[in-house]
Amino acid sequence: MTAQSVKWFWYASPQTFYPVAGVIARWCAAAAAVLCAAGLYIGFFVAPTDAQQGEAYRIIFIHVPAAWMSMFIYVVMAFWAAIGLAFNTRLSHMMASALAPTGALFTFIALWTGSFWGRPTWGTWWVWDARLTSELILLFLYLGFMALQAAIDDRRRAERAGALLAIVGVVNVPIIYYSVQWWNTLHQGASVSLTRAPSMAATMLTGMLIMALAFWMYSIAVTLVRVRCLILENQ
Amino acid sequence: MGGYGLYVWGAYGVTFLLLGVEMALLVKRSRKCSETKT
Amino acid sequence: MLEAARCIVVRDLLVAWRRRSDVATALLFFVIVTSLFPLGIGAEPDLLRLIAPGVIWVAALLSCMLSLGRLFAADHADGTLEQLLLSSAPLGVIAAAKALAHWLVAGVPLVLIAPLIALQYDLPAPLYPVLALSLLLGTPVLSLIGAIGAALTLGLRGGGVLLSLLVLPLYVPVLIMGAGSVEMAAAGLAPDGQLLLLAALLVVAAAFAPWAIAAALRISTE
Repeated sequence: MTAQSVKWFWYASPQTFYPVAGVIARWCAAAAAVLCAAGLYIGFFVAPTDAQQGEAYRIIFIHVPAAWMSMFIYVVMAFWAAIGLAFNTRLSHMMASALAPTGALFTFIALWTGSFWGRPTWGTWWVWDARLTSELILLFLYLGFMALQAAIDDRRRAERAGALLAIVGVVNVPIIYYSVQWWNTLHQGASVSLTRAPSMAATMLTGMLIMALAFWMYSIAVTLVRVRCLILENQ
Repeated sequence: MGGYGLYVWGAYGVTFLLLGVEMALLVKRSRKCSETKT
Repeated sequence: MLEAARCIVVRDLLVAWRRRSDVATALLFFVIVTSLFPLGIGAEPDLLRLIAPGVIWVAALLSCMLSLGRLFAADHADGTLEQLLLSSAPLGVIAAAKALAHWLVAGVPLVLIAPLIALQYDLPAPLYPVLALSLLLGTPVLSLIGAIGAALTLGLRGGGVLLSLLVLPLYVPVLIMGAGSVEMAAAGLAPDGQLLLLAALLVVAAAFAPWAIAAALRISTE
């Protein structure tokens, strides 16, 4: 075993990770606050009004990053779950459990803001669009994961059962997405033209990317704080 | 907000409210568990 | 190895035969749910023909859920499951046999009774084979995926509701492809693509689900 891998396993011990997580969480929280302020400034004061959608398009500065995060967190959660099952490391399971509530929150935010964007733009609160529908099912997957872990009293079984469910879920997510997309083309009568802003101004893209970074930092900070709680509670 | 105020503020307001609630709950939880364990 | 699988299938079928009323209940549930829709929506023949594939498939999903909770519960309660875990046959094969037995008990009757429901919904006769074929290909997937959920929720309080929360989102592709194939045929298009996709789902589920079920059983019983 090389020195490098030894070091990785050294950090995998909850006791050594606890203070490291605290430091990283603090820095990420600060970065999230700064990036969020910058992103909101660009989103509200620098980015021009969209010619077609008016001011309503400003919602995408949180909607798109939240949707990205919701999917990305699920993949990361499944990754930690797989590591936890493969190497039997407690910390990986804790990471997976700590990510789930934040992922579910971002999924809900993506749905909520998407609905508030859809009302003025498409004229309806909810559209059975492929992306919205997949996002809704993703929310169900998150809630199922959390409900399963909450229902099992034995901590070790809860972690491992949740991990298996997360892996089964992540295999299914692409299948669900493509089947929903196909279903959407079959029932075209109900759908609305879904073209987003055709030419996205550079400032809009910058604002969106900065908000995405802010959400990243926020997720890391919140997850690490939650991992610290889990470490303390499970001692 | 060009007549779209309700939608824009509705979306932003709820988003940051939820993030705030999550942070508040987490701070409460971490205070509680570090008090009982140390 | 195959002998062990055959024994489990035969044994589960025998147990199901001794408790015939359980099987009948799930089937009756399917019939009642599908009969409720016309009462709620109205008996316009055009409307019924339109919703028939979706209603039959959703009812099949729910009826399949109903019997999943019992898949491992009885074996877990009387200690048979521990014996199975200790046996020399690979646990994946045992899990596949359990899922197959569940399909034979819960899935096949649905396939057989579905044309009767289709009759109630005034579905055109040429669609019957498509509906039956889609159910034939889709219901084994329901049993395989559902068995993962059943193994994970083994012995938990409120297991039944939790099971549906875990499993129903994973059923979405089967529902879409199954009901979609019949709708394609109803629209006068060839349903081959959807049926092939259902077959592909079945192959993937048959290849991977038994190992996931086995892992879930190990997690739940240790």
